Amino acid sequence: MPVKVMIPTPLRQFAAKQESVNLEAGTVGEALSALTLQFGDLKKHLYSDDGRLRSFVNVYVNDEDIRYLQKEKTAVQPGDTISIVPSIAGGAE
Amino acid sequence: MLILKQQFFEQIQAHGARDYPNECCGALLGHDAGADRTVLGLVPLVNQRDDSPRNRFEITSDDVRLAEKEAAANGRELIGWYHSHPDSPARPSEFDREHAWPWYSYIIFRVENGEPQEMRSWRLDDNRASYAEEGIEYITGTPA
Repeated sequence: MPVKVMIPTPLRQFAAKQESVNLEAGTVGEALSALTLQFGDLKKHLYSDDGRLRSFVNVYVNDEDIRYLQKEKTAVQPGDTISIVPSIAGGAE
Repeated sequence: MLILKQQFFEQIQAHGARDYPNECCGALLGHDAGADRTVLGLVPLVNQRDDSPRNRFEITSDDVRLAEKEAAANGRELIGWYHSHPDSPARPSEFDREHAWPWYSYIIFRVENGEPQEMRSWRLDDNRASYAEEGIEYITGTPA
């Protein structure tokens, strides 16, 4: 049983319009790498130029924020759900 | 085109006036038909940037999930966001661009000395380098 990665609405256009993608992975980082390998246009929206996850990209494993786990090294098991959830930020000059 | 009922326009403006001189923010719920979107509801939210609210706003992932649940409960989609620019132009800043998501409609409106001014709507281009402005069509009554 693979890991399920939930795709947020604003990124589905870059993932063949899918709400979720099933992938084989042992960690969150591996799952996101596999995701961006399969759907290359996702990468620039998930990662900044220095290769880090953008600050407004929040990732959960079964409803636990990976910032409070092992971040992208968080282990995932078959049947786990990884959710990519936006936060929204901005402001005037 | 973003189709915006007059009552929502006024509610967004009132939120900006109320929170001035700080930035206000909220969610747009509605229906996406590709080139055209219709706003059918709002979820006013609390700006979480209490360290710099006069020129920054943030909507946490928890509030995004809340807005998604509100949309789903009412048979709507989460189609975008609104925020104010106190005493600043109603166009995306570089900070806006760096933090924006594609696909969403971003309403930005100027609030000058506490008075709401122009309102514009924008969508981030897929290359993240720029925005495309979408026109706002104001309507009264119930959209089709």
